[in-house]
Amino acid sequence: MAEKLDREEVVVLLGTPTEDASRLYAMTVTTGDPSWAGALAGVALQLPVYHVTEDAVKAEIAPADYDEHLALMAMAMDVDAIAGAVRRVREGHDA
Amino acid sequence: MLKGKKVIALGERDGIQGGAIAACARAAGAVVVLEKTYCFV
Repeated sequence: MAEKLDREEVVVLLGTPTEDASRLYAMTVTTGDPSWAGALAGVALQLPVYHVTEDAVKAEIAPADYDEHLALMAMAMDVDAIAGAVRRVREGHDA
Repeated sequence: MLKGKKVIALGERDGIQGGAIAACARAAGAVVVLEKTYCFV
């Protein structure tokens, strides 16, 4: 499906709970599945990927929506480490 | 960044679920084209 969409108009948002899981998901939709276990092994979709708690995403979500849907789980996550992991993959420093 | 974009929402059961991500993305003006919640138990 991702290959049929224009990459310029697609954004992948992650809700992964840990830094490692976030890195794995982010790599899977950019450079391909690093575990080589799934259908996206070796498939470099190069989609822009963000964690939903990253500041750039959070800034576009109404505070009431963020509080209702995301805030509780975000409190249980290391959002800074997760954001760093996803950003490094997005910027090609951890691929 | 979200307004008018096509969003693929990949949630996880132990983190933030796909439905929650999709709800926020839609409210921000995005079109959700795929919404999944994965579970690794």
